[in-house]
Amino acid sequence: MAGLNQNGAEKRKGLLGWLDHRLGLYKPLKDAAEHPTPANNASWFYVFGSAATVLLMLQVVTGILLGLIYSPSASNAWGSLQLLNHTIPLGWYVRALHGWGSNFMVAIVLIHLVQVFLFGSYKYPRELTWMVGVVLLLLTLGMAFTGQVLRFDQDAYWGLGIGASIMSRVPFVGGSLVHLLLGGPIIGAATLSRFFDLHVFIIPGILLGGVALHIWMTLRHGVSDWPMPGRIVRKETYEREYHELTQKTGIPFVPDAAWKDAVFAVAIVLSVMACAFYFGPIGPGGPPDPTIIQTAPRPDTPFLWIFSLLSLLPAELETPFILVAPVLAIGAMLLLPLFAAEGERHWARRPIAVLSVSVIAVVFGLLTHYGSTTPWSPVMNAWSGDPIPVEYLHDRTPLELRGALVLQYKQCRDCHALGGVGGKRGPALDTIATRMTEDQIIRQVLQGGGNMPAYGNSLNPSETKALVKFLLTLRGENQPPAIDASRDVGIKPPVNPHPHK
Amino acid sequence: MSEEPQNSQQAETNVTDGGQAAALHSRRAFLFKLSVAMNAAVGAVLAVPLVGYLFGPVTKRESGDWIDLGNLSEFPVGQTRLANFHSPVGRLGDGDTAKVACWVRRVAEKEVQVFAINCAHLGCPVRWFEQSKLFLCPCHGGAYYADGSRASGPPERGLFQYRVRLTGDSLYIHAGDMPTLSTEASCGSKPLVQIEPSEQAEGEMEGASTWQA
Repeated sequence: MAGLNQNGAEKRKGLLGWLDHRLGLYKPLKDAAEHPTPANNASWFYVFGSAATVLLMLQVVTGILLGLIYSPSASNAWGSLQLLNHTIPLGWYVRALHGWGSNFMVAIVLIHLVQVFLFGSYKYPRELTWMVGVVLLLLTLGMAFTGQVLRFDQDAYWGLGIGASIMSRVPFVGGSLVHLLLGGPIIGAATLSRFFDLHVFIIPGILLGGVALHIWMTLRHGVSDWPMPGRIVRKETYEREYHELTQKTGIPFVPDAAWKDAVFAVAIVLSVMACAFYFGPIGPGGPPDPTIIQTAPRPDTPFLWIFSLLSLLPAELETPFILVAPVLAIGAMLLLPLFAAEGERHWARRPIAVLSVSVIAVVFGLLTHYGSTTPWSPVMNAWSGDPIPVEYLHDRTPLELRGALVLQYKQCRDCHALGGVGGKRGPALDTIATRMTEDQIIRQVLQGGGNMPAYGNSLNPSETKALVKFLLTLRGENQPPAIDASRDVGIKPPVNPHPHK
Repeated sequence: MSEEPQNSQQAETNVTDGGQAAALHSRRAFLFKLSVAMNAAVGAVLAVPLVGYLFGPVTKRESGDWIDLGNLSEFPVGQTRLANFHSPVGRLGDGDTAKVACWVRRVAEKEVQVFAINCAHLGCPVRWFEQSKLFLCPCHGGAYYADGSRASGPPERGLFQYRVRLTGDSLYIHAGDMPTLSTEASCGSKPLVQIEPSEQAEGEMEGASTWQA
C-alpha cells in the first residue's frame, strides 16, 4: 500500500495523483464503493434503486439534448417537436429515448417502492430514507406530468384544462390557484413557460438533490439485509445486529454486489433503446388549438388511473375526494415508517402489507385498464359508423325498421352497443325487450334516468313509437319478453279473502 | 496555521490575553449574528418583489372584454353552432392557444345562449349532437341538454354560459378567464350558471341571456 499523506489519502503519482491531492475524493469514493455489505442482499431484488438512478441520468442527458431544439413557447413548441421528429437528424430517436425513458423510470421507481415495502426495508433506521423516497416518487410523477405538458399537443392542452378545473374546486382560493397554475387567465404562453421551468429547473433540481440525499442515507445505514421470518427489527438491537452480520458475512459492495446492479442497468437501458427504436417517439398529437374540438383527450399511462377515478366517482363525492384523498394517501405513505419502525420485516409475517399491495395493484391496474378503454365515454361516431347487425333487421315490420333508423340517427348507439359494437356507457340493447316492458322503455327513453339523458325533447311521438317498437323486437332466440307483473294482478279476478267461509 | 505559534506564545506570556481572546471571540460571534440578521432582513426585502412577481398571475385580475362573434345571420334560429374567437386576454406568443371555441344557440330571433366549450366537470371540449340534441363530453362522459342544463354524467351543473349582448345584428359575448368552477366556491349558490369574468362588467349586462335556473 502506498504511504498515506496527512489527509489520509493514498499518495498516487502522475496526473491522477496531482488531481486527487487537490480533490481528495479518491479515498472517500473508494471507501463508499467498496463498503462491506451483508452477502445476503447481493440479490436481483436489490437492483431497482440503482436502475432508477441510471434512468434518471439517461433522462438528464436526453433532456439536455432535446433542449437544444425544443422551443418552450406556446406558438412554437408543437412545431419544434415536429422538427425534432421529422427534420433534425436522430431527433426522433432522442425524443423516443426521453419518452420511453420516462415510462421506464416511473415503472422502475414504483417497483423499487413495492420491493422496499414488501421487504420491510423502510423500518428503523431507514425511515427517513423511505420518506425521501416517497418524495422522489412524487417528483418523478411530477416530471412525467410536466413532461407531458411540454409535449404541447391537444392532450397537453386539455390536460392542463383538467388540471385547472381540479384546482378550481379548492374552496376559497380555487380561482387564485387556477391563475397560479396557468400563469394567467387562460392556457397560453405563460402556462407553457412555467411548466418548462418546473420540468427543466425546479423539479430536476429538487430531484437530483433528493437522490443524493437518498443515496447518502443508503450508504450511511447500509443496504438493508435480506429479511428473515422471525428476525425482528428493534431499535435497541438492530444496528448492532446489522453491524455483526456485515462483519460476519460482509462482501465489498463493488464489485461483489454491484455487478448485478450493473447487469440490470444494461438490461434496462437496452430495453429503453429497443422501445425507442421500435415504437418511436411519443406524440405529439394534434396541435394545441382549442378550436379543434374533435378530440378525446387522454393523459399518459401513469395518470390513466386518475382519469378513470375522475370519471367513476359519484358527482357529489368528487370534489371532497380530489382534495382530501391525495393528502391522506401521501401522508400515509410518508408516515408509514414512523408507525411501523419496528417488528417483522419478512412478507410472510406481514399479511396485511401483502394484501394492501395486492389490492392496490389490482385497483390501479383496473383503473388504468378502464382509463385506456374509457367505457364511460360515448363512442362519438358509433351512430354514423357502426351499422345495426343485419340479423336484427330481418322480418321486421316497416314501423320497426323505421325505429331502427331512429335508434341509429338519434345516436343511441353512441352509448348502447348492438352486436358488441357501439358505446358501453349504457347497457347493450341486444336483449333489452327481455328486461323492460314497452311502458318501461317509453318512460326510460322520454324521461331518462339512471345516468341516461331524457329524450323527450328530441323525439317526436311517431319517432318514439317506432323506436320503442324496434326495441321490443330485441330479444334473443326463444326468450320471452319482459312482462309487467302488476298488470296481471289487475286482470286477475279478485281473490276471495276468506276462502273457507 | 502560521498564527498558531504566535497565539500560544502570547497565551504563555500573558494570562490576561486569554480574557482578551474571549472578549474578541464574543465580539466576533456577536458581529456574525448581527450580519446574519442583516442578511435575513435584506433577503426578506429582496424576496418580497420576487414573490410578488411569482404570484403576479394571482393578484392581477384580468377583466376580460366584449367580443364580437359576428352577424346574427350566421346563427339560424333553432340551431346550435360552433363559433371561434380570439381571447381578449391572450398575450404575445400564445399562438393557437389564444383561440377559443364556444357553442352559440339561437333560441329565438332576439334570444341567444352562448356556452363555453369547456365541460363543467373538468374542462374538456364538449361536442354538440344536433340529432339527439345533446352536448357530449369525450373525457368522462358528461352530457348536457340543448339549453346547457346537466343531463347526465359526472358534471355537477350545467354548461358555463357567456354573457350575451345583441347590438343591432351583431352578437357580442363577454369573455376572459378560462371557465372553471372556481367562482363557485366564493359564490356559494349551486348551481352557478353564469361565469363571472369580472365584476366591472356586471353593470354592462344587457340583451338576452337566457337560463332556466
